[in-house]
Amino acid sequence: MSAKKRRKAPTRGKAVERVTTGQIIIYAILTIGAVIMSLPIVYMISTAFKPATELLLYPPRFLVRMPTTKNFSDLALAMGSTDTPFIRYMFNSAFVSTVVVIGTIVISTLAAYPLAKHNFPGRNLIFQVIVSALMISSHVTMIPRYLVIRNTGWIDTYYALIIPALAGSYGLFLMKQFIEPIPNEMLESAKMDGASEWKIFTNIILPLVKPAWATLSIFTFISTWNDFFTPLIMTKSDAMKTLPLAMRTISDGLTIARMGAAAAGSFLTTIPVILVFIFFQRYVVETMTYSGMKG
Amino acid sequence: MASTSVTPNATPELQASQKKRSTWERILEYRWSYAFITPFMLIFTVFTVIPVLWAFFLSLTYYNMIQPPVWVGIENYSRLFMDDQLFYLAVKNTFYFSIVTGPLGYVLSLIIAWLINEVKYRKLYTLIYYIPSITSGVAMSVIWLYLYNGSKYGLLNYLLLEWGIIEEPVLWLKNVKTTLPAIMVTSIWMSMGTSFLVFIAALQGVPHELYEAALIDGATRWQEFWHITLPMIRPALLFGAVMTVVSSFQVFDITVTMAGFPSTLYCAHTIVGHLYDYAFLRFEMGYASAIAIVLFLVTFITSSVLRRLLSSRDEL
Repeated sequence: MSAKKRRKAPTRGKAVERVTTGQIIIYAILTIGAVIMSLPIVYMISTAFKPATELLLYPPRFLVRMPTTKNFSDLALAMGSTDTPFIRYMFNSAFVSTVVVIGTIVISTLAAYPLAKHNFPGRNLIFQVIVSALMISSHVTMIPRYLVIRNTGWIDTYYALIIPALAGSYGLFLMKQFIEPIPNEMLESAKMDGASEWKIFTNIILPLVKPAWATLSIFTFISTWNDFFTPLIMTKSDAMKTLPLAMRTISDGLTIARMGAAAAGSFLTTIPVILVFIFFQRYVVETMTYSGMKG
Repeated sequence: MASTSVTPNATPELQASQKKRSTWERILEYRWSYAFITPFMLIFTVFTVIPVLWAFFLSLTYYNMIQPPVWVGIENYSRLFMDDQLFYLAVKNTFYFSIVTGPLGYVLSLIIAWLINEVKYRKLYTLIYYIPSITSGVAMSVIWLYLYNGSKYGLLNYLLLEWGIIEEPVLWLKNVKTTLPAIMVTSIWMSMGTSFLVFIAALQGVPHELYEAALIDGATRWQEFWHITLPMIRPALLFGAVMTVVSSFQVFDITVTMAGFPSTLYCAHTIVGHLYDYAFLRFEMGYASAIAIVLFLVTFITSSVLRRLLSSRDEL
């Protein structure tokens, strides 16, 4: 379907001349833009491997000459605490993000199935409430959320970072969009054969919405991994902090001499996400085209 | 599919009783549906529905988390609008920030998405332009701090000195005049991709035949863009605009990393920064809730206006 729709840009019929000159200009603009966009990332990678002598070099150099991994072992020092190794923040971020991804997929797919396919009393009202929550920014709910978490005694625990993140309206909305086109006859005939709702869910719905998992996983992973505000207010001890908070600590009173370690921290915070995205990229654009952003 | 069988010639009373019974029956019949949505609804209710209502209530009280909330009516709001000079500064900064970064980032990402759709190696270009948006704001701000470093070791200062544009190093992130613009550059770099991916997806969905027809009619590239592409991707344009506005009103993590908290003379103080200050440093939860509600209303009204402006009659 998408192959047919996709536009074959270089073969534009008779207008060959317009294509060649136009295309060259477009390539030039895009490439210059791409270089500018990637400069800070290249600078980060280069700085992360710079030895102290190159950091203090004048004039400053963009690229590293004698790469070293010393900055990575200096990370704990750069944070001003030797009690909490940097790997602890990495573990916290990875653990919280992974659990949130798995939980979100299970919980929102479970809820999206009846909302898309069953005509139960109260369905429209529930769906309306969930959709209107899409428009509410997280900062509005943050204070009462904090008070709820405080009452349950979850402050400074993984629960505080994981549980509230599991029921996002975006995830539910995306899964519902994907379950809706599954033909009703398929579900009906399974029912005729005596399949229970649970069986229909696990054997028909789940395998069919697999492409949506990739998109939902990647967006959930990225937003949880990069989230700054939630761990900022929900955690207290160093041992519970996630990578963005660690980076915030590093950024305070940052000196040139410490810049290598700081860049190493940025490297460890951003590269995993970039790799995850590259790995799943092909699913993402397909899903967005397919689910059709209808406003 | 459902079992609501009401006989047409039944008396109204009978109909009513049957309907009542059948609602219960239907709830029972759909017990699996309710079981499936229960985990989601439980978490959603506790952490989204109740907090929204609670935030409205709290904004009308004085609450310091030690004593129970005391009802004060609209006092928080009148204090916010009458007495709080810093709030005005926060609103001014946030609006200034949104008005510059929002439209600029939006238009840039639309142009680039359109250009990428015209060439080969689409995936590679998409990746390069999108990567900054998936990086952690705090982590990349640290790199930008280095680029903007106020000494001659800062790359930006070095280049400008070298080219003779400035005479001596500029303290980009300490100077009241340059702080916010410097942060805006970082923000545009980082947030351009938000609507970009939606645009890319939408552009790929425009039927090829429309362009062929336009080509036969001798349309220029510009006409093609204006009369075919833009109308066809209107839902994506709307979605992207709302997302851009909502996210630019919430700016906080990069300002706090790049300019510090508080920033020099509060020159990079934002609404969310003000909220954070009152809620989690001063623990004035009632007053902070009032700030949250104002932020919510501002975002809601702006997105509604955008919807009105961008959507045609049949949509939304």
